[in-house]
Amino acid sequence: MIREHDSVIVTTLVRMLVPPIQLFALYVVAHGHGSPGGGFQGGVILAAAYILIGLALGREELERRLREGRLLILSAVGVLIFALTGVLGLVLGGNLLDYGVLSIVGVRGSAARAVGIFVIEIGVALGVAGALTLIFCRLAKTGEGAP
Amino acid sequence: MSEVLNALFLALLVILAGAAVRVRDLVGAVLILSAYGLTMSLVWAGMGAVDVAFTEAVVGAGASTVFFLATLLRTLPREQPRERRARPATLVGVLLLGGLLLLAIHEFPAWSDPASPASLHVSPRYLRDGYRETGAPNIVTAVLADYRAYDTLIETVVIFTAGVACWLLLPRRDP
Repeated sequence: MIREHDSVIVTTLVRMLVPPIQLFALYVVAHGHGSPGGGFQGGVILAAAYILIGLALGREELERRLREGRLLILSAVGVLIFALTGVLGLVLGGNLLDYGVLSIVGVRGSAARAVGIFVIEIGVALGVAGALTLIFCRLAKTGEGAP
Repeated sequence: MSEVLNALFLALLVILAGAAVRVRDLVGAVLILSAYGLTMSLVWAGMGAVDVAFTEAVVGAGASTVFFLATLLRTLPREQPRERRARPATLVGVLLLGGLLLLAIHEFPAWSDPASPASLHVSPRYLRDGYRETGAPNIVTAVLADYRAYDTLIETVVIFTAGVACWLLLPRRDP
């Protein structure tokens, strides 16, 4: 079980660092179109923010902010967003994951594709962030459990 | 300048890989692997593969290190058993294989060669039509999220499956 770190410098610094890290994760997800990054990288950075909370402030603090069941749901919702966007293309008469037919968003052609890419990037980010934080939670749960 | 830097990074990669295998302390080995990931991401960045460099930095140097450390914390022993001396047959086999690989090196395309087979197949079409077709200025995003979206979907499912597997297999409470 990882406890809160003894040093007040570490805990204070982590409390100050976590919001900018989360903001940067959202930036990376949102700007995957035009700059390096995207859903996967943004999702990992988002998970890293919560892993940092778990490492420095203790796992109980992490549990207080984000319960494990919610992480699982978050991850599943991410995968579902991706898969349903793909199936939507199928329903609207195109191929699986063909965003060009997503004209219900009000735009057509490459603009509709851009919207589709953005939506699935959000799905990837949620799926990755939830799954990685969940793995860390479970790995850290019995930390120091060794005899 | 960039060739000197590249040679430096590649030499560092070899040294770090050797050190990660040789070091006795497993925590030390994990930290060396993290340094390896960071150096690798610098090599990717030097090749202009910024997206790959980004992923390598956050996953190879960051997340996987934390996962390795968390796994080490809950398992024993923390040190590898004393290593055995390499047997002569093993040594000969390794040297033969290494020699073959060195012989085959000149068949590889040159470093960042735009005329290499991998850059001539579908890449030119993506580079020419990618922005017009998908509206994504970052061609890597266009390929990953649109042209090869099926692969990305399955990758996301793999990550989700890993999360579910950890959730199911690792105990819920401290023993």
